[in-house]
Amino acid sequence: MSGEVKLSRRRFLKYAAGTAGALVIGIGTVEAAERPVPLALLGDAWAQVGPYIRVAADGRTFIGVRDPDNGEGTATSLARIIADEMDADWNRVVVEYLGLGIEKGNGEPKFTYGRQRSGDATSIPAAWADLRQAGALARWLLLQAAARRLGVPAEQLRGEGGMAVAADGRRISYGDLASAAAGIDAPATPPPVKAAERYTLIGQPAGDIDARAVVTGALRYAADESIGEPLIAVLARCPYPGGSLDGADRDAAGKVEGVFAVVDVTPEQGQAPGMAAQAPAIAVIARDTWAALKGREALKATWKPGQATEPSAGDLEKKALALFDDDTATPSTVRNDGDVATARKKAARALESTYVQPWVAHATAETPNCLVRLDPDTSITIVAATQSPRQVYAVVQRMTGFGPDQVYIRVPRGGGGFGRRLESDYIAEAVAIAQAKKPQEIQNRPVRVLWTRDDDLAHDYYRPFAVHRLNASLDKKKAIVGWHQRMASPSVLAGRATPPDRLWQSELVPDALPAGLVPNYRSDYYPLDSLLARGEWRGSPHVTPTFASESFIDELAHAVGANPLDYRLQMLGDARQLPYNGRGGPIDTARMANVLKLAADKLDWSRWLRSENGLGIACAYVFGTYVAHAIEVAPTQDGIDIHRVVCVADVGRAVNPLGLAAQLEGATLDALSTALNLAITVKDGKVQQAGFKDYPVSATQPMPYEVETVIVPSTADPAGASVIGMPSAAPALANAVFRATAVRVRRLPLLRELARLR
Amino acid sequence: MAQQGPTSPVPVPPTQGATEVPPKPVREGIDLIVNDERYRHTGDKAMPLLWYLRDVLRLTGAKYGCDQGNCGFCTVIVDGKAVASCQAKMETMAGKRVTTVEGLAGKDGTLHPVQQAWIDEDAIMCGFCQPGQVMAAVDLLNRQKNPSDADIDKIGNLCRCGSYGRIRKAIKRAAGTMKEKKA
Repeated sequence: MSGEVKLSRRRFLKYAAGTAGALVIGIGTVEAAERPVPLALLGDAWAQVGPYIRVAADGRTFIGVRDPDNGEGTATSLARIIADEMDADWNRVVVEYLGLGIEKGNGEPKFTYGRQRSGDATSIPAAWADLRQAGALARWLLLQAAARRLGVPAEQLRGEGGMAVAADGRRISYGDLASAAAGIDAPATPPPVKAAERYTLIGQPAGDIDARAVVTGALRYAADESIGEPLIAVLARCPYPGGSLDGADRDAAGKVEGVFAVVDVTPEQGQAPGMAAQAPAIAVIARDTWAALKGREALKATWKPGQATEPSAGDLEKKALALFDDDTATPSTVRNDGDVATARKKAARALESTYVQPWVAHATAETPNCLVRLDPDTSITIVAATQSPRQVYAVVQRMTGFGPDQVYIRVPRGGGGFGRRLESDYIAEAVAIAQAKKPQEIQNRPVRVLWTRDDDLAHDYYRPFAVHRLNASLDKKKAIVGWHQRMASPSVLAGRATPPDRLWQSELVPDALPAGLVPNYRSDYYPLDSLLARGEWRGSPHVTPTFASESFIDELAHAVGANPLDYRLQMLGDARQLPYNGRGGPIDTARMANVLKLAADKLDWSRWLRSENGLGIACAYVFGTYVAHAIEVAPTQDGIDIHRVVCVADVGRAVNPLGLAAQLEGATLDALSTALNLAITVKDGKVQQAGFKDYPVSATQPMPYEVETVIVPSTADPAGASVIGMPSAAPALANAVFRATAVRVRRLPLLRELARLR
Repeated sequence: MAQQGPTSPVPVPPTQGATEVPPKPVREGIDLIVNDERYRHTGDKAMPLLWYLRDVLRLTGAKYGCDQGNCGFCTVIVDGKAVASCQAKMETMAGKRVTTVEGLAGKDGTLHPVQQAWIDEDAIMCGFCQPGQVMAAVDLLNRQKNPSDADIDKIGNLCRCGSYGRIRKAIKRAAGTMKEKKA
């Protein structure tokens, strides 16, 4: 009633009969296989045993999605990869979000669904590598069962829309075959995956799998979930990084109608950022959110800064510039080709520019929240949106001492992630509150910790403030022969067990263009000190430095009187592969040139010289994808108006072009809105922004009516999609603004700086 | 709720066969209609409608976004008009008729044209703001049969994922469907 197919030395496909005539398929590791799966579990509790596919006798196909979906469209795409491979009927596919897949191993826990991390565009490439094979095995088993039923060789059968179809037209639904398929002996080798020309779902546009549930209000985000009657906790947190409590009226809070308890939350010392609560806090635990909010108000908590005070952005900038000028400073040199110093001495011309980017916040639509049920003697259940379920486990395991069979982590669809949910501080807070001593009658009641928007903006893991100084040496033919870039920022990796000479890894990409195109190239990184928590932000090691490098290339083009498109194409030169020591490489210069040309054509780049509006262009290589933005900006009395935005992407095969276009549109708008308006600022040692009034995310003005996306047809293996529309958007905008206004903006947010310079 | 708190929805079922004197029925309260059901709020009059819907009635379609009336995630329709439910205190709700996103589709599951248009235009990314966007669009189309781009932009609901282009298309598509239905 079950079988296995070896995929590699350590990994294999497994399948089994579920209850009520179902066929269940999963991917396992050698270690996990040593523990037999109890067949009784393969019914309603199927998600606990790790299958990705369950063909039910009624014809529905349940597909388990292992990677969190925080709006990237992962659930839809992963399900379609599997459904296409097995020729399932998409209209009868039901997607289930899998929680953390974990089993007890020998000593170390086994993670049955692999990385389960979302945030670096890995879900699709990983699924391409293994989930297709799960689909292929399902199809193979079902067709074998059909062959026996029909008395024809399996080779003469094909799958189509949830049916096994014979050459003579006879067909049997997968549901009718599921039970028999589970009894088929395993093939000796993994069944081959489909040829591309047989795809029916991959490459076709598909709406989001949850769309109906979303627009009817039926979809439950973590903030909407209940376990019994959860209590609600709202926290007053210290606004000064490194600060502490000055005073609070706990009695007044406790007297508020509906408040059950007031408990202190003290961050555990010695933990890496994001692995423990971020700030000292007082939690007000109440019957409902309103009572908790009133209780927090009644606390009238006051806080004081610690011994060190967080510097303002201006102070950080001064420190960065001083480091750049200090010959005795010792940066991490992350790439060093040729000799930039000699190139500079020999140069016909040298140019230098400095770019400054502010702190920015994630401001996810759904604020951080976590529902927890703790039975201190037996188990803990966590319900939370996260981009890193395994990290959530690490935090919960450390705090409770529970093992893999006592920790249940459910990961519903999340209301935005952008990197914020790679951190687990909000989980640690919730566990601490569940563990805290409270009145007996509520001690073990489930509790939800809810962050308000003010909490979210004041206690984010911000994208680091950054300063870049770029220096180029040009020869007599105006070609770039030397490129030296220095970057300074408070590193995301500081305090996360990263050696000092590796702190750059979260901040920049050593082989990002124009590395490889310039003979003498050097990239130096200088870490800055800051108390503010910081984190990954929508591909920030690509986003932040690309604003500087793609703006600077534009400046060089203008300095030598060249058309910036031609200048870039000339830099890329002949079609060739550039080594790239990171995910996705090597860089194919022809694919990069292609997206630039397509973006320029779409915007009618021939107008570049004479148009009254400014046209700007920029490109980036991100996680194996090639992206270019071309933007048209009109000058206005008091600023600018963005007329058109074109985004061209070559991601290899697009699994779901409609979903990919949405990701490109959304990331482009976010990149532009952030560059135009957004900055988190620090004054008197604390963050100043509270609420969307101070931090106007997703502005609709001066945005264009739509982002025009072009997806390059390709048969290359698919790369990820979720952050790739970010890096080149802001520099394309700044480059267009320069043409429209003759003002070069080197400091963000752009609108503020433009007003200052004009 | 487990505690018989002052925010329990009414009608409260009478206590059957209790030996002690049954509690005096609560008569004071704020009566309102939510999705065609009658409720009486007997708790804090200052409680915002959003938390009454979410915590007391367990209608979680309206989302929390900012508690300042800026984002529109919590938009519901009160007496035919879009309202940020985080800003509407229960004391202003007496006698009002509230429709949340859960009450928009027909009883037989037939979607409202706006809901269907959202699916057809794939206007969903993370989806968190979308119940509020849908309710704001329903309100707009109640007021204006042929909204212009400017009318649509005036709604001002935030979408952190940036689905504005698709939302505009969905609203126009819904406007078309609603006209066809009338004709």
